[in-house]
Amino acid sequence: MTRSKILPALPLLAAGTIATPALAASVTITIPQIKVAEYHRPYVAGWLEPAAGGAARTLFVWYDVKKRGNEPGTKWLADLRTWWRKGGRSLKLPADGVSGATRGPGRYTVAIPANLPSGQYVLKVEAARETGGRELVSVPFTVGGKGSGSGKTELGSITIR
Amino acid sequence: MRLRTILIAAAASSVLATPALAHRMWLLPSTSNLATTKEYVTVDAAVSNDLFYPDHVAMDPAQISVWAPDGSKGEIENAAKGRYRGTFDVAVNKPGTWRIGTERVSIAGTFKLGADQWRVGGRRPAGATNAVATPAEIPANATDIKLAENTARNYVYVTAGAPTKIALTGKGLEFDPVTHPSELVADEEARFRFLIDGKPAAGVKVTVVPGGKKYRSAEEAQELTTGADGMVAVKWPVAGWHWLSASAEDAKPEDKRASTRRMSFTTTLEVVAP
Repeated sequence: MTRSKILPALPLLAAGTIATPALAASVTITIPQIKVAEYHRPYVAGWLEPAAGGAARTLFVWYDVKKRGNEPGTKWLADLRTWWRKGGRSLKLPADGVSGATRGPGRYTVAIPANLPSGQYVLKVEAARETGGRELVSVPFTVGGKGSGSGKTELGSITIR
Repeated sequence: MRLRTILIAAAASSVLATPALAHRMWLLPSTSNLATTKEYVTVDAAVSNDLFYPDHVAMDPAQISVWAPDGSKGEIENAAKGRYRGTFDVAVNKPGTWRIGTERVSIAGTFKLGADQWRVGGRRPAGATNAVATPAEIPANATDIKLAENTARNYVYVTAGAPTKIALTGKGLEFDPVTHPSELVADEEARFRFLIDGKPAAGVKVTVVPGGKKYRSAEEAQELTTGADGMVAVKWPVAGWHWLSASAEDAKPEDKRASTRRMSFTTTLEVVAP
């Protein structure tokens, strides 16, 4: 009887430990509405670079995942030129939990991995739009802390909380 | 064939003699980076003073060789030679860094026949007398034979996916970049090493010229010299395509009929905005 009281409590504890880090850190990206005659949803990538230098870690990349044939959606990934050089080119796509379809104007929240070693980082978000512009926004932050930045053209506010 | 060879030799010798002033041979790929292995790069090839403005002589695509990242030979497609510009496509169908371009070896110089000065190879005006095309035609009674071996390399690099190390031959003047040519950024200094016969080459003259002189007032060329480690550091004045040409001379020709060896290496580099 005593045993059966203790046992159900264990899964609850476990669930609690998993949920807490996800709440701890996330980044919200705003894709602004752009009033142009020919609008295409931008390719957007976000990645973390240790402030002291080191390998970049891609958090997300949104591209035309469905387009196949002679000109697959992956063709224009190199237009995210900084992300491409910092690690995009060696990422095998599609990548589970990282790549996804392009998004239209709006606010999107992406979790910052719970296993990120503590320290100072720079979150970089790069957007490139067909027949449009390209923008790179840097947001410095410390693991566990907050941060914010904003683009001027292709990206809106970017907040870490 | 004959005419083409002469034209090429003329262009080559002028490039070698005065890199800062003369006509420049250039290859201009449509991009230095491709995201997939299903794409083509299309390349312009010409000789002109201003970069990359074809207004003088077209390069013949027939001279072009292509090496895939694994060292195997690639093919050019859709080659055409226009009035001012040659053009061709390459299917970049394997991941890594491809090398596309030319290597031309020629011998040019002078000799005396009695009191008369004769010329061997190089630029020869139509109807020129006292001139022969090749060292084999030098008469047995010639004196004061002075020949130079000219090796002119002109390669561009195109990468599909992640860049790979550029293969070296260990012969002549070679480009051994520390900063990969497919990852140049305007606000980051690039470091390039030059080798002669596989060893770091000090004192190599390196000229870096941004394209598009028409749209500024000055050429903005940089004249650099490699240090003892064979290295030059390049700061980019602007983003865009840049023409880089290195030249060196020594007394170690492969062809023993020559007494000097003139070597040049030329490439076109894409520098992106940060």
